[in-house]
Amino acid sequence: MQIYLPIAEVSVNAFTLIGLGGLVGVMSGLFGVGGGFLITPLLFFIGIPPAIAVATGANQVVASSVSGVLAHVKRKSVDFRMGGVLLAGGLVGSWMGVWVFTLLQELGQVDLVVQLCYVVFLGLIGMMMLQESIRALRRSRKPGNRKRLHQHNWVHRWPGKVKFRASGLYISVIPPLLVGVAVGVLAAIMGVGGGFIMVPAMIYLLGMPTRVVVGTSLFQITFVTAFTTLMHAVSYNTVDIMLAVLLIVGGVVGAQIGTTLGAKLRAEQLRILLAVLVLAVCGKLALDLFLTPDDLYAIKPGIG
Amino acid sequence: MRKVTAVFLLLALSCTASAQSTVPPGNADALPIEAAPPDKITPPAESVVAGLSSDSVAITASFDGSDILIYGAIKRESPIPQGPPLQVIVTVEAPSSGVTVWRKERKAGIWVNAQSVRIGAAPGFYAVATTADLEDILLPEWDNRYRISLPLAMRAFAGQVAVESAVPFTEALIRIREDEGLYRLDEGSVSLIDQTLFRADVSLPANLVEGAYKTRIFLLRDGQVIDVFVAPINVRKVGLERWLYRLAFDQPFLYGLMSLLVAVAAGWGASAAFQKLRRP
Repeated sequence: MQIYLPIAEVSVNAFTLIGLGGLVGVMSGLFGVGGGFLITPLLFFIGIPPAIAVATGANQVVASSVSGVLAHVKRKSVDFRMGGVLLAGGLVGSWMGVWVFTLLQELGQVDLVVQLCYVVFLGLIGMMMLQESIRALRRSRKPGNRKRLHQHNWVHRWPGKVKFRASGLYISVIPPLLVGVAVGVLAAIMGVGGGFIMVPAMIYLLGMPTRVVVGTSLFQITFVTAFTTLMHAVSYNTVDIMLAVLLIVGGVVGAQIGTTLGAKLRAEQLRILLAVLVLAVCGKLALDLFLTPDDLYAIKPGIG
Repeated sequence: MRKVTAVFLLLALSCTASAQSTVPPGNADALPIEAAPPDKITPPAESVVAGLSSDSVAITASFDGSDILIYGAIKRESPIPQGPPLQVIVTVEAPSSGVTVWRKERKAGIWVNAQSVRIGAAPGFYAVATTADLEDILLPEWDNRYRISLPLAMRAFAGQVAVESAVPFTEALIRIREDEGLYRLDEGSVSLIDQTLFRADVSLPANLVEGAYKTRIFLLRDGQVIDVFVAPINVRKVGLERWLYRLAFDQPFLYGLMSLLVAVAAGWGASAAFQKLRRP
């Protein structure tokens, strides 16, 4: 069933879009990533103009995150205090990121910087997670190993300590604030919610237990992407509500399936899956940079 | 084929004169907006009378392309002239907009956008339908004057052209848009009966852009344009499509809030529904 999108001004198959939304929704519920880093390239691939893909992708992420976060609230796996601190940092960071993005645009080559950012960050995070979760999986198989709640590292020595009861942490607010800012900057430049950076940062930098990481990350992503959607709609008129609705229909159902699946899988297995997914996207983007493209020429609208 | 008789020469001369009167030479960029008005004193020996199956295309939510039938007849006061047969070219074009064509180059092992050519105006859609091979029936100087063939349909390079030759860039633009079905050259697709009646079917693709489209019908003899007929086709969104489009541009904040509301409601709805499903 073909459907004409009013803002994107292209005609696409409605079932393809629902399927795409569903796929990304499952990822979202399973891993606590918004799925922006998946949905945006997938939308490019089916011929949606990039600016509209980014803005509408953000809107879709709002829906799947709301759906996911509600499921996590019921399971009491959201640390609202930590989420609030991360969000405060995130909004500041995304404001800074938009400023950097505009600067890059003036210098030209913004596409290249975005693509390089993806390859570098996805590659680093994917490798880190894969290595760590394989090690954790091996350790948990050996019996008689006393399990510590979390590793103590430099983040636990900073001033301004706050109790994050749901996470079982008593750490300074400065590291989560900085994580929020850093993720916000990268998210604005890369046009994603930032969950795939946020989740590993929460686990490895802040030492949060995996149980609350997903819900808390979704909580923060909901607000950051809602802010992004509104910004895009007001300044660039690039949110296509028809496209968003189709993606959302698939997405919300997918997110519920993902959350249910997530409750059944072990945390280490979940992390290996996410690591493999992140590395796969990274590999695809890296190949695009290094291999001779099919077409050396590309058309961009406008003569600016 | 080219049997030039005295009669034909005379005819050709008078046709050239009448065509030139509608579009003065040296003003090649100005395309005739209306049908070339027949010269009051010496009307062209042959002129086009044409109609369209529809003069507007409505884009609805389920729009997936549209076919337009362009039909007509050749009006003449005298018998069909001798010499090479009459030919017809039909073009349909969308409004033009500026585009930038980039070429990638390998720098430090990575493929980056290196060179670009900015094209001031390229139509978003352009279809040419003819009765025979374009280069056999249209002389280059007449192509230049009316900008009929694909490479001539785009106009004016914007700013300075920094590359050695802009030709590969315009060729790439045509190639990419041809692959997307946006630019088309259908040679031999116009049927002409007894040098009098013609019809052309032009199919518009699903990814159309709104605007005032223009269809042109050229009558040719011996590679020269002897009459032109121009008619508008209005392509616009209707119903829900129009309403959403207008809201997005007139009330962007409201539109953004609406998008968010839809997202939050859908997310909450799915969450509640699944809750019910799990615990009946």
